[in-house]
Amino acid sequence: MIEGALWRRWVFYNIPLILFVFVLLFPFYWMIITTFRPDGELYRPWNAVNYMPFWTNDPTLEHILYLFEETNFMRWMFNTMFIALVSTVISLFCGVLAGYALARLNFPYAGGLGTAIFVTYLVPQTLLFIPLAEIIRNFQLGDTPWSLILTYPTFLIPFCTWLMMGYFKAIPKELEECARIDGASRWKAMVYIVIPVAVPGILSSGIIAFTLSWNEFIYALVFLSSPDQKTVPVGVTSELIRGDVFFWGPLMAGALLGSIPVAIVYSFFVEHYVSGLTGSVKG
Amino acid sequence: MAVTALATAEGKRPSRLRRLEDERWLALALLTPTAVLLGLFIAYPFFEGVMLSLSSTRVGEPGHFVGLKNFHKIWNDSIFHTTMWNTFWYTGVTTVFKLALGLWLALLLNRHFRGKAIIRAFILLPFIIPTVLSTFAWKWMFDPTFSVINWTLFQLGLITARINWLGDPDLAMTSIIVINVWRGVPFFAITLLAGLQTISPELHEAAAIDGARPWSRFWHVTWPLLMPVTLVVVLFSVIQTFADFQLVYVMTGGGPANATHLFATYAYQLGIGTGLLAEGAAISLAMFPFLFIIVVVQLLYIRRVETR
Amino acid sequence: MAEVSIRKLNKMFDVTHVVKDVDLEIRDKEFVVLVGPSGCGKTTTLRMVAGLEAITSGQILIDDSVVNEVPPMDRDIAMVFQNYALYPHMSVAGNMAFGLKMRKFAKPEIETRIKRAAAILGIENLLERKPRQLSGGQRQRVALGRAIVRDPKVFLFDEPLSNLDAKLRVQMRVELKKLHERLGTTAIYVTHDQVEAMTLGDRVVVMKDGWVQQVGEPLELYNTPANRFVAGFIGSPAMNFIEATLGESNGAVVAEAPGLRLSLPGPLAARARAKAGRAITLGIRPEDVHVATDSDPVDLCFDVIVEVVEQLGSEILLDTRVGPATVVASVEPTMRIRSNERLRMSLKPERLHLFDAETEAAI
Repeated sequence: MIEGALWRRWVFYNIPLILFVFVLLFPFYWMIITTFRPDGELYRPWNAVNYMPFWTNDPTLEHILYLFEETNFMRWMFNTMFIALVSTVISLFCGVLAGYALARLNFPYAGGLGTAIFVTYLVPQTLLFIPLAEIIRNFQLGDTPWSLILTYPTFLIPFCTWLMMGYFKAIPKELEECARIDGASRWKAMVYIVIPVAVPGILSSGIIAFTLSWNEFIYALVFLSSPDQKTVPVGVTSELIRGDVFFWGPLMAGALLGSIPVAIVYSFFVEHYVSGLTGSVKG
Repeated sequence: MAVTALATAEGKRPSRLRRLEDERWLALALLTPTAVLLGLFIAYPFFEGVMLSLSSTRVGEPGHFVGLKNFHKIWNDSIFHTTMWNTFWYTGVTTVFKLALGLWLALLLNRHFRGKAIIRAFILLPFIIPTVLSTFAWKWMFDPTFSVINWTLFQLGLITARINWLGDPDLAMTSIIVINVWRGVPFFAITLLAGLQTISPELHEAAAIDGARPWSRFWHVTWPLLMPVTLVVVLFSVIQTFADFQLVYVMTGGGPANATHLFATYAYQLGIGTGLLAEGAAISLAMFPFLFIIVVVQLLYIRRVETR
Repeated sequence: MAEVSIRKLNKMFDVTHVVKDVDLEIRDKEFVVLVGPSGCGKTTTLRMVAGLEAITSGQILIDDSVVNEVPPMDRDIAMVFQNYALYPHMSVAGNMAFGLKMRKFAKPEIETRIKRAAAILGIENLLERKPRQLSGGQRQRVALGRAIVRDPKVFLFDEPLSNLDAKLRVQMRVELKKLHERLGTTAIYVTHDQVEAMTLGDRVVVMKDGWVQQVGEPLELYNTPANRFVAGFIGSPAMNFIEATLGESNGAVVAEAPGLRLSLPGPLAARARAKAGRAITLGIRPEDVHVATDSDPVDLCFDVIVEVVEQLGSEILLDTRVGPATVVASVEPTMRIRSNERLRMSLKPERLHLFDAETEAAI
């Protein structure tokens, strides 16, 4: 539609949009600039004369080096990656199968189970972390990656199931019926026809599940204790703060580097991520 | 004859596979892995949590059944009162801002312009990047001595002395709210944008030709049609915010002087920090009735809007 | 090659009874069309034959063995769906090979069969494409190809032409007919389009509200419809119906309606005499009504007012009014007629149909 004069477009659309983008992205800029700022500049009060907020004249890698040399950062990255990948795969497996059953099959209590999945989708991790910690301890899983690999699916499976239900419902029933007439059993029709057609949905769920596991904090904080078992968010929080002392340089470097894998995955699959995100809120 | 046909068909294949031709058996098989994991790590902990909250368990000290004593105790705990008030305030204020700003951003994005795809991709970053990590960036920005925010406000002539953002209860809560809104706006914007895109432009054109001004076009066409998506987005956001932990844990740890606790952080402080497992579990569980009411009310409302 | 028997077939969806006591014997190599308005149970019947819907009661037999409990994969049938249901992630060749792979055919055999089917349908150059790269007509051919490579006992068609545009539909109809003549596979075809039914079917089954109304060869349905519904459903433009009463005068049986008094011809009069004095419905097809000439007997003529003149090129359709009733007539394209003109019309007496006003059955 016609939007009117040029000045109107700037005042009503372009300038607000630029402000939004600026505010939304500024903390990341701050993260980056802090990572490369030498300590001398870093700890200069804001009201000092030579406070230089937006630039640094002598960038340094000391914070990143500190991270690699003085902490288990690489180990945390590996742990996070491993846990995120395995729990995503488990959740996708369960979610795809369950989503298929709930979207496509007629069986007693199908409706009730669908609602139950939706309700568990809404259960926040913070509701159950204390009893879950006890259970993890009883299962002898405490302080191992498996404590997270097995518990992350509790919030990932409902999400994947819910999303996959939507994708499966959008696939014409005839495809499957045709396959069954063509000689495929229900199982084969699902494996050879419906699931391959739902690959975009599986990718979307997988990517979001991966970012959710990477983001998870409270379970990792409570279930893990030894420094070399920790995930990036927990490691950064517990090992780069000593009492009241914050190692801001390494902290920001850790935050930056810890964000990069998620950002990379996201950048490759933006469209899938967005379609999954919008699919997840369809009732 | 039916029997013979069945028998020959069955002879061809092992009966285990044959059984999967029955929708009910197949459904059972497909749902089992999910049921096992969710049962083991959601239903069972929930039950355990209830039992724990009714006991006197501490770390390393198996307790015994004490009935509702823990709930009675937290009910009379002034920090818990603050916590409850904080959680509602935090959830309410952030939701209003996230919805308003998110909708605004969605409307700004719901046009054709160059670089739209890239802007959309970048805008989601706050939502993608692990909360703990981005919150640290904010914490550093809010640091009273080295704050770039103080510097900016000072340069703009808005303040004359330093502001101790995280040292004052109200300012600390405000800071936390700002960060939550910052993180949530992209989610609202992108999902509402998807909702906006399902609204046929012809409706707007028809309304425009009927003489509706932009504001009334929004109010009479866009907003009602966007309602179902909005409600679901709000539902998700409210629950996530109500049960939030990471943000407050990193920014203030519940301080100063327990003034910014939410349910989750207070439960963590008592249950894990102090080792009062039973009381911690009770505080966590205290969220449940509220969450339950929120979900039920929202779902009923969503159903009403959708069937309208 | 196979026979299909449907015996006392019923289907209930919860409380809705959608297929009622359907009986049908389909002979080997026969092309049977199920036709009826939407919701008449034709598709449900077809899906029960395919094994996609459970049977509530009754039996379906393929080659004398009951298949009620046999899953679709073991029935050796092929089906073409309305939306084609091509597997979007497979090439055209992959689509055609799927059914053969599931049945564990050897690779060379699969290839020869695909080549043969592709040649029959003229889609050899499309084999490597994906379904989304095909036009509607091409998709239709692929769906057919997928069915014929399997060389099944029975073909099932569920409104396969209804997603095509009008021109292509006529073309594919002809091709389907040729294909069936060439392959001779028993076929059951569901459509709501009576033209398709008439042109394709060796026999046509007209259904309504779950009941079979009439089974017969196309001309049989056209010439001797069993009831008012079949009479109205088959033929285009549709048959005219006039509510009338039967009377007797001077030994002749006459049908009377406002503005109309027709004496019935011999055979019809003989059948109708018993109903004298009762309300009936007169039926006459537009092509059997013409502008009266001097040679038409007076007791077969009636006066009309022309309301609308529809020029179709090959004919003219006149929407005319006789008392309260509307009568459509198809007349020679050379006639010059204006709306509001008064005309005297006549009809072919041997083509008159009578239906009981109450039961709607043909008299």
